[in-house]
Amino acid sequence: MSTLVFLEHHEGDLQKDSLGVLGKAAQLGGDVAALIAGSGVEALAAQAGRFGAVKVYLADDPALEAPLPQPRVDVTADLVRRHGFETVLFGATVLTADVAAGLAARLDAGLNWDLIDLTEEDGKLIGKRPALDDTVYVDVGWKGEPRIALVRTGTFDPVESGGQAEIEQLEVRLEDFSTRAKMIEQAHEESEGPSIEDAEVIVAGGRGLGGPENFGLVEELAKALGGAVASTRAVVDAGWYPYATQVGQTGKTVSPRLYIAVGISGAVQHKVGMQGSNMIVAINKDPNAPIFEYADLGVVGDLNEIVPKLTELVRQRRAA
Amino acid sequence: MKIAVCVKVVPEQARRIDPETKRLDRSGEQTLNPFDANAVEEALRLKGDEAEAEVVLVSLGPERSLDALRKALAMGADRVVLVSDETAAGSDLVASSYALARALEREDPDLVLFGQQASDSDGAVMWAAVADRLRRPLISQVAELTVSGGTLRGKRQTEFGYDVIEASLPAVVAVSDAINVPRYPSLKGIMGAKKKPQETVSLADLGVEAERAGETGSRTEVYAVGEPPPRGETQRIEDDGSGAEKIVAFLVERKAL
Amino acid sequence: MRPSDFPPPFRFTEAIAAPSDPEDERIEVGVAIVGAGPAGLACAIRLGQLLEGAPAVAERLGEVPVAVIEKGKQAGSHLLSGAVVNPRALQRLFAGRRRLDEMPFYGPVDQESVYFLTRNRAVRIPTPPTMKNHGNRVASLSELGRWLAGEAEEAGALLLPETAATKLLVDHGRVRGIRTGDKGRGRNGEELPNFEPGSDVVARLTVLAEGTQGHLTSAAIEQFGLEAENPQVWALGVKEVWRVAKPLRRVIHTLGWPLRPGARYREFGGSFIYPMGDDMLTLGMVVGLDYRDVELSVHDLLQELKTHPLVRKLLDDGERIAWGAKTIPEGGLLSLPKRLHAPGLLLCGDGPGFVNVPALKGIHYAIETGSLAAEAAFAALQRGEAVGRPGALASYDEAVRQSFVWRDLEQVRNMRQAFGRGFWVGGALAGAMTASRGKFPPGDARTEPDADQELIRTDRARNYPAPDGKLVFDKLSSVFLSGNKTRDDAPSHICVQTAVPPEVAELWTRMCPAQVYEPRDGGVEVTASNCVQCGAITAKGGRLTPAEGGSGPEYTLT
Repeated sequence: MSTLVFLEHHEGDLQKDSLGVLGKAAQLGGDVAALIAGSGVEALAAQAGRFGAVKVYLADDPALEAPLPQPRVDVTADLVRRHGFETVLFGATVLTADVAAGLAARLDAGLNWDLIDLTEEDGKLIGKRPALDDTVYVDVGWKGEPRIALVRTGTFDPVESGGQAEIEQLEVRLEDFSTRAKMIEQAHEESEGPSIEDAEVIVAGGRGLGGPENFGLVEELAKALGGAVASTRAVVDAGWYPYATQVGQTGKTVSPRLYIAVGISGAVQHKVGMQGSNMIVAINKDPNAPIFEYADLGVVGDLNEIVPKLTELVRQRRAA
Repeated sequence: MKIAVCVKVVPEQARRIDPETKRLDRSGEQTLNPFDANAVEEALRLKGDEAEAEVVLVSLGPERSLDALRKALAMGADRVVLVSDETAAGSDLVASSYALARALEREDPDLVLFGQQASDSDGAVMWAAVADRLRRPLISQVAELTVSGGTLRGKRQTEFGYDVIEASLPAVVAVSDAINVPRYPSLKGIMGAKKKPQETVSLADLGVEAERAGETGSRTEVYAVGEPPPRGETQRIEDDGSGAEKIVAFLVERKAL
Repeated sequence: MRPSDFPPPFRFTEAIAAPSDPEDERIEVGVAIVGAGPAGLACAIRLGQLLEGAPAVAERLGEVPVAVIEKGKQAGSHLLSGAVVNPRALQRLFAGRRRLDEMPFYGPVDQESVYFLTRNRAVRIPTPPTMKNHGNRVASLSELGRWLAGEAEEAGALLLPETAATKLLVDHGRVRGIRTGDKGRGRNGEELPNFEPGSDVVARLTVLAEGTQGHLTSAAIEQFGLEAENPQVWALGVKEVWRVAKPLRRVIHTLGWPLRPGARYREFGGSFIYPMGDDMLTLGMVVGLDYRDVELSVHDLLQELKTHPLVRKLLDDGERIAWGAKTIPEGGLLSLPKRLHAPGLLLCGDGPGFVNVPALKGIHYAIETGSLAAEAAFAALQRGEAVGRPGALASYDEAVRQSFVWRDLEQVRNMRQAFGRGFWVGGALAGAMTASRGKFPPGDARTEPDADQELIRTDRARNYPAPDGKLVFDKLSSVFLSGNKTRDDAPSHICVQTAVPPEVAELWTRMCPAQVYEPRDGGVEVTASNCVQCGAITAKGGRLTPAEGGSGPEYTLT
């Protein structure tokens, strides 16, 4: 199997998520190549080699400086056509979703998205994806080639295999229409942390916090973990925290790697907004709180004691 | 200015996957995809009071979608073009984007708008595929949009904050749900909706070959539907002072820390 | 202490107004029917049938001769009942057009049993004559409503769902139509970016078919001095629909446990379990809201009922797939408004209160009174009469009094009140009433408003079973299953005094099946977005007003 992995980068580093997908591709076997598109990206090629790419294609051109999707569709389509890759993988981001879909249209090739796993069975590539608010899992496949896939953020961890990749510079040929969208101002900073929809770690606070002032505990823990802060309907209703952070039936649906619920009872209206989380840790003083029925780890105790200690321990560990 | 809004009609309630076809059970009450309401609203805002501007809804779906599409007409859109054809059933992204692109070419709008995602497939991919087929510039995840003198400026929401992107018309824009709050249709709007033109076209009318539609024209398939792996038993501990340490141990063991 | 000691800050005049929109912005329809329930839809269908044969009359009604205004997301979203339906009114309405087997029923009632329950046993008792159901059909009222809505649209009516009727338009003593509610207000009533004001819907005739706790109906009754002898009283019904492994082949009613027979408790009611085809059944608990114990929770009584061996067995291997709650008017004949019409206005269905309590029937009365309202309206229009003239619609009252609706309700007019004396005395009196077809005991018994009952406290709550997510559920899970997605920042549509003593706070907390109320320091906290608009609060000291159109439950199988 020949696989091409599109690697995304930001401010001089390859994205962890892309590298994770690269590692998965390497694990699936066959020839694994990576594509890095941008301007002045040669230095990133070596990184790709260490994380599983046998060959790295560089599309290095000032026209690719801005992280816009359509020029990347041109570059990828060109490469796929020339080399006949069977599979093209992307770690899902705002940018890659547009690239992958544009590519699917350009090549009339199948695209499956939101995958949380990829396996090979009898020579067939099978993707697994959640559906219906993460209540069912669907096995999906492709007809014909190439097979294009978008992998859900945070699914695979990068594996440093320490290899070295062969580098090839590509000639960049862009369609007229691809360059009609122009970047006027590019976003640079991460704001005070990831938004809850993109975050890999979320710390959520509920009514058990007792008052808005105690959200500080939640914020500190989130900061220590590099995650985002979320809230519940009860808390937003009471005016303790903004609606943009509300998770649940009438708020947002999130599926982070880790969801820590602090002082949240976990009624079904909240559950449906976070049940797709990979790991759920709940801290609540009420042993009968519904959240203890579906959390992976439930701690019955006083959040005012546990959370500050947890934050300190996390900080220590990360500093080490 | 002519604005085409691509809208989808999705099942309203208790969604389930039909165990036989392994596709979403689309029976029952239908509704306008909630995210498309933002796109319709944005189109109406851009149209404003301009008498010559037109907002046309383009949708791919069965005949009964017209009922749900009337809600968007009630909001103020001018007409509906529904691509309705039995052969289109079971179309995936490749097949649907092809049919939609043909329908849009027929309308030749200045601007094509999409909503943030489809609530039934959770896909955020249709606009990029359609933009590629139409060979038009694309701006997606737009949280703020202005149009002046043939140029679009969109504030695009990314993981890193907001980009500002410009493109000249004709173009394709996908709006995020943060861009506006869709209006409620007024009673007058609801009552007037039935009188607005509602056109149904077939794939043949669009020149879409049968083999590029439906399951034949699709390049993906569904093999099986199952339950997510059980979360497993909840590990439960009473805090005796070491609760925080135990949490850390748990996270380390699961490689979350 | 009584709940009525803390009346809600509401005056009926808040629901009455003169038209205020400029003339060219008013929506004009011929007949405005409020409520897409069985009464309203029957009225729309019958009108459509009559207008079909009288194009001149139809023309006089303008571009939109018949409009049905419904606050739920679609017809059926707010409809809930048992139900076992007597088909006679449907047969009359659809005579020559539709057969019974074309209507969405789950089959005729073949077998039935009535049980008296204790905690662990079920004693079969002979079916009281009032509860015989031979010839009747099991239905989901929500489904029936959707079907009737389709028929109404085919008959030419315009259905306007997601539209709340918040005010009755009255001008110079005549009803001129209704005003619809605003949409897009925030928690404190402020206008949000997508604020859309309501409109005046002006009509030649307004038919109120709002169902239980009809907001405009009660305002109209006060406005036009139509109050009955007896105040209205209500019961709260909470029900579930289950998918089951083994088909149920009979209709079951129970009395007794978990309700207490002593007169001091005033716990009148029972349960029903009806088959819905081969793979579903529905069960519910109905309890009069004149109960006294602050710890009583009808939601939890239903959960408790399911732990009874008789019921548990029926639900074995099953899955709960729907839940809902709604009040039922129980005052009967003596609580009906003294006139069912006013200038430009007709009242039908559960709004005025056409329910036969011992038989647990109201749907066919709703359909019949809706049909009779249509006929009276059509007759007046055909005569070229101004329906706004006092007395023009008197033929409706006449027709209702001549119908089987009145005859049935007269026979059982005192039965509910009898049970105020406790289960055993009530039962004996009820037996006497049945045997004498309502002639004995003579006279008309009084009712007292539910909110006037003195509160007591027992430790009833101790026995409510703990939720297990399989057989027994908590209120929030139930609310979720009702499909309720009311937006959190909508203004509260619940009118209550919030600074109430702990007993009243607890009363409401337990009473409400949707966990809208919670005790807090100094009173009660209201989470209006949980509300499934059952109406219980109106009976027990508060007032439910129409929420934003389109919000509330989205029932499909209830």
